[in-house]
Amino acid sequence: MAADEGKVDPMKQFQIEPLFGSSWDIAGFNIAFTNSALWMAITVVLLWAFVYGGMKRELVPGRWQMAVETFTGFIDDMLEANIGKEGRKYVPYVFSLFMFILFANLLGLMPVGIIPGFHAFTFTSHFTVTGVLAVISFSIVLIVGFAKHGIKFFTLFVPHGTPLLMIPAIFLIELFSFMIRPFSLALRLFVAMMAGHVLLKVLSSFVIDGFNYGIGTSLIVAVPSFALMIGISALEILVAGIQAYVFALLTSLYINDAEHLH
Amino acid sequence: MPQIDQLLETFSSQIFWLLVFFGITFVVIGRGMVPKVMGTVALRDKQIADDLAAAQGARDDADAQEETWRERENENRANAQALIANAKAKAAATSAKKLAAAQKRLDTKLSKAATAIDEARSAAMAEVEDVAAEATQDIVARLAGAKVDKRAARSAVKKALANG
Repeated sequence: MAADEGKVDPMKQFQIEPLFGSSWDIAGFNIAFTNSALWMAITVVLLWAFVYGGMKRELVPGRWQMAVETFTGFIDDMLEANIGKEGRKYVPYVFSLFMFILFANLLGLMPVGIIPGFHAFTFTSHFTVTGVLAVISFSIVLIVGFAKHGIKFFTLFVPHGTPLLMIPAIFLIELFSFMIRPFSLALRLFVAMMAGHVLLKVLSSFVIDGFNYGIGTSLIVAVPSFALMIGISALEILVAGIQAYVFALLTSLYINDAEHLH
Repeated sequence: MPQIDQLLETFSSQIFWLLVFFGITFVVIGRGMVPKVMGTVALRDKQIADDLAAAQGARDDADAQEETWRERENENRANAQALIANAKAKAAATSAKKLAAAQKRLDTKLSKAATAIDEARSAAMAEVEDVAAEATQDIVARLAGAKVDKRAARSAVKKALANG
């Protein structure tokens, strides 16, 4: 990694480094406090500060309170639109999920790298993290589904009006598409985050190398790449919001399946 | 790709700390703070709805009061109209009575005057008769030399007057 100084390794940003507690472990599994864990902690603290600023409980809200209420109202509306009245009880979970992912995505885009020795780390670009979040969402769907409908939950895999002959095949296909959900949920966020960050790093290496080689490459390569980076950074901010929204939206749609079975 | 290269050494730490921090997020923020924020919103919505309802109530109240005021006003106007009509009628009646009384007074005066005239006329007539009877006696005595008593003369005069 550090072998060739001046070269940008687009994968280095995903490196997990233990900060302390390298020897901590639970039942033989290492639980060192890493840079990934540090950014999770920062996410939690900032998210807490953001929501705390909106807890003044004023009748006429200020800007901050308005912003927080907009987010809770957004999640509330989304759950009510997708699930209905029963959706309200999932607001705490879906709000936590959406805001946690949103803050993580946005924090990963912060230019803290300009401070020497600091690097932003986007933990949502790790499938270990997105996988756990997807498994939690999927578990909620399974628990709610079986608790509410029992064995009838399996009728979810047989859409209304399926011909009798087709039921075994349709059941298998539907079951497969159901079981693939946690994977698609986890991979979508992981891939979107990682691809954007890799692209930005690759372009930044074009900028640095272009400037280093002289005036010609500066004009032809470095300047356009830099302009492109600015545009893609804006796009990445959009993607950060969209991916958090998609994760929360799909979770609410899956919970709707569990609540209502089609 | 570090996500795969470091998978074996880091997955437990990743999962552990994610569960810790996402758990904190869910319990403290999701369960602790979000319901309060949404409670504030619900409270505000309720207050706005109540205020709107109160405003509607006040408006209805004002409409009703205006309606009763209008009714009372109409009633008062009708009363005033009736009072004026009454006063007019009373005034007309008294003036008619006064006129009638004046008329009566004039009529009695007139009839008194007429009777006075009649009396005067009949008195004058009687005088004329007396004078005529005396004149007849005188004329008869001078022309015929006969003495006619007063009564006969008078009846003759009366006859003549009645014919003439």
